Amino acid sequence: MKNFDYLRPTTVREATLAAAEPGAIYLAAGTNLLDLMKGGVTKPDRLVDITHLPGLNLIEDLPDGSVRIGALVRNADLAYDHNFTRRFPAVTEALLSGASAQLRNAATVGGNLLQRTRCAYFYDPVSACNKRNPGAGCDARGGDNRLHAILGWSESCIATHPSDFCVALAAFDAVVETDCKTGRREIPLEAFHHLPADRPDRETMLEPGEMILAVRLPVEATLFAAHARYLKVRDRTSYAFAIVSAAVALRIDEGVIAQARIALGGVALRPWRAREAEQILIGSSADTAAFGRAAEAALADAKPSGDNAFKIELARRVVVRALALAAAGTPERIPALPGSPFVAVSGVLAHA
Amino acid sequence: MSLSTTLTINGVTRTIELDDPRVTLLDLLRERLDLTGAKKGCDRGQCGACTVIVDGRRINSCLALAISHDGANVLTIEGVTQSDRLHPVQQAFIAHDDLQCGFCTPGQIMSAIGLIQEGQAGDDPERVREAMSGNLCRCGAYRGITEAVLEARRALDASGRKEVA
Repeated sequence: MKNFDYLRPTTVREATLAAAEPGAIYLAAGTNLLDLMKGGVTKPDRLVDITHLPGLNLIEDLPDGSVRIGALVRNADLAYDHNFTRRFPAVTEALLSGASAQLRNAATVGGNLLQRTRCAYFYDPVSACNKRNPGAGCDARGGDNRLHAILGWSESCIATHPSDFCVALAAFDAVVETDCKTGRREIPLEAFHHLPADRPDRETMLEPGEMILAVRLPVEATLFAAHARYLKVRDRTSYAFAIVSAAVALRIDEGVIAQARIALGGVALRPWRAREAEQILIGSSADTAAFGRAAEAALADAKPSGDNAFKIELARRVVVRALALAAAGTPERIPALPGSPFVAVSGVLAHA
Repeated sequence: MSLSTTLTINGVTRTIELDDPRVTLLDLLRERLDLTGAKKGCDRGQCGACTVIVDGRRINSCLALAISHDGANVLTIEGVTQSDRLHPVQQAFIAHDDLQCGFCTPGQIMSAIGLIQEGQAGDDPERVREAMSGNLCRCGAYRGITEAVLEARRALDASGRKEVA
């Protein structure tokens, strides 16, 4: 690992100034960053440790009914906050389907948004990667690309964004609050991550030194609490990244869908909100035929980027199944294997 | 700023001068403090052999910078015995013959202690397995490990949920 200067600012202002310098990067839990640094993928000159900044680890209920999650809230603390889970069960299911218990105890909300793709060619410094080294080419194109993108990819980059949490956040119109030298701003999570186009090295909307302060979930998201699920298909039942995942939610009024939310994970370089598919569901009865039409619409633009055509049909099936699970109702408790398709969901439903 | 970090490790507070900011909590424990119970398996947060409990939470010490954890309270496998008596999780691991080579065992035990403290798994073996999935065992002692965690939790529950660690 390359050596670096270590700074520990005491205010957000100090932090944003320190991190605006070339070669500087924020350190939160470091669960992804240290891994990247050990592999020589990321070589920062300066680490700006924000873990000692006060006030960024709160889960706040705001007067308008929305919830504000501080950037330093640990994944596990959010997932095991009963008040939060009662209102945003699919976000909790997504959180608990990610990583391991140790990592969830450390990893932060802000860090989750800023984690890098797990594309093996990005992680391997001797492979060509346009994200790591602009203009170098993409060894994933002709390589082992079974798990790569089927939506929104480009000739330059076929990587996916690995987060589960962000998929649920995208489904529920989360907003990212940031601070930079020029002041505070808000970025819709759906727009936070860039698709690769011809500049896959540009990953997010953040400017140099800009810091994530919090993620806000609007009160409208709570209206889906009775019918909200996260479904994640992966190579292992636990502790693996998604091949395809979906966060879905329904508002059902006397058997008819009044509102729907669908976002896909593991399919693109950002959490993929499927708004057209949502529209198709409105006014339909909550049945398999309607779910199938929505799944077709959600994947209408999908195309394989390599040896991964199977992911398109898999994604359709994940959408249908997730919608069926959501229609059946949010379980009273998050299943033993969160997000797993191998869990039989039965028993008492919450928020009935 | 000076590169010193103050840590309370197994109840003993010490201030440690670091000559390099790159030192992980795992390397600090193993290489500088001779606490070699936590193991370096993958060193990338994948195997769980380095699991320790920091401020009451189990984490991968290989992915934690020592300098960043200034002020933290760290519990390692060396600190879990209670007045020369094995910790109930250690006893359960022996009772269930939960190791062959033993390399992953300190991490498994620290993870299990953390799991029981978290109080989310209850008596459900499936929840225990999921919550222990961050600890790999190359010898494949998973079945016994699950049984040991469940038994240790019951034992700790029966003893009135005394201080676990």
